[in-house]
Amino acid sequence: MVIDPLPLQVAAELFPNGISRYAIGGLLVGLGVTVIYLGTGISAGASTFLESTLSYVSDQSRFQQYVASRDWRLVFTFGIVLGAVVYAVVYQGGAWTTNVQPWRLLVGGIFVGIGTRVGKGCTSGHGVCGVGSASKTSIAGVLTFLTVAIVTAQVVAALGVSP
Amino acid sequence: MSNRHPAFMPLVLVGGLIFGFGLAYSQMARPEVVLNFLRFEDFGLVFVMFGGAAVTGVTFFVAPRLLGRAPLTGDSFERRLKSFDRKVLVGGAIFGVGWGLSGICPGAAYASLGIGNITILWALAGMFLGAYAQGFWRSRSQARDAAATGAD
Repeated sequence: MVIDPLPLQVAAELFPNGISRYAIGGLLVGLGVTVIYLGTGISAGASTFLESTLSYVSDQSRFQQYVASRDWRLVFTFGIVLGAVVYAVVYQGGAWTTNVQPWRLLVGGIFVGIGTRVGKGCTSGHGVCGVGSASKTSIAGVLTFLTVAIVTAQVVAALGVSP
Repeated sequence: MSNRHPAFMPLVLVGGLIFGFGLAYSQMARPEVVLNFLRFEDFGLVFVMFGGAAVTGVTFFVAPRLLGRAPLTGDSFERRLKSFDRKVLVGGAIFGVGWGLSGICPGAAYASLGIGNITILWALAGMFLGAYAQGFWRSRSQARDAAATGAD
């Protein structure tokens, strides 16, 4: 048996699934943002859609401020869904469903809905657009949600909640 | 809006398509992969965010210097800069709890629906509930503040 040199062993442990799918996926996410930005000057994030779409059904002033952008945000989100459909058809060969328990998704989702909107951005708004802008606000936001998410996930796992 | 450039919506759709395809390709649309990352079992996800940020970083740097103004809107190219206050940290921490519990964030949730993960509707329902709750509360406190200053 041939033993891998140490760097390869370490890499295999840190990245059991390699890095190419992550890096290529990330570059494409950045490319999607770039296409919209070059044409329109808009840096599109994903979480504003939650509030802009609520403006269709609620008169609250907090949602009504997004009336001007709600139609294109709907199109943007539709595009995200459609792009993932294309991936599923080409590479996945059918539907994939998660085993993570519904209560975790629902309760976690509520926190995500509150936190992204109060915190002025999510993984795409702060993480991709904001960090790409070298925004100190976004870097602080990313460090905060990343740290808290790591602690939360570790605690949840330590409590034996799985999947 | 009626006065938008006819190519505006198609371009947003194409951008969204690439964005969503990328999220699915990166596996971030699967909560399990995100949870594995947060539990230090697979660090690959680092490359998704930083890969994306590297591309936007180049774009945000080059576009204003080469293009001047955005062709479809006439708007100038700005970086995404938001003001910093306590809300960024408080909101970020709340988001972190949700992300760490569920393994899903908004963009990835939309993409997750696209890969056939109907179970993610639980998370999407939660996100709308959460966004509504904070919007309801903030709209009311804003109205209260406005009423208070109006009374001065």
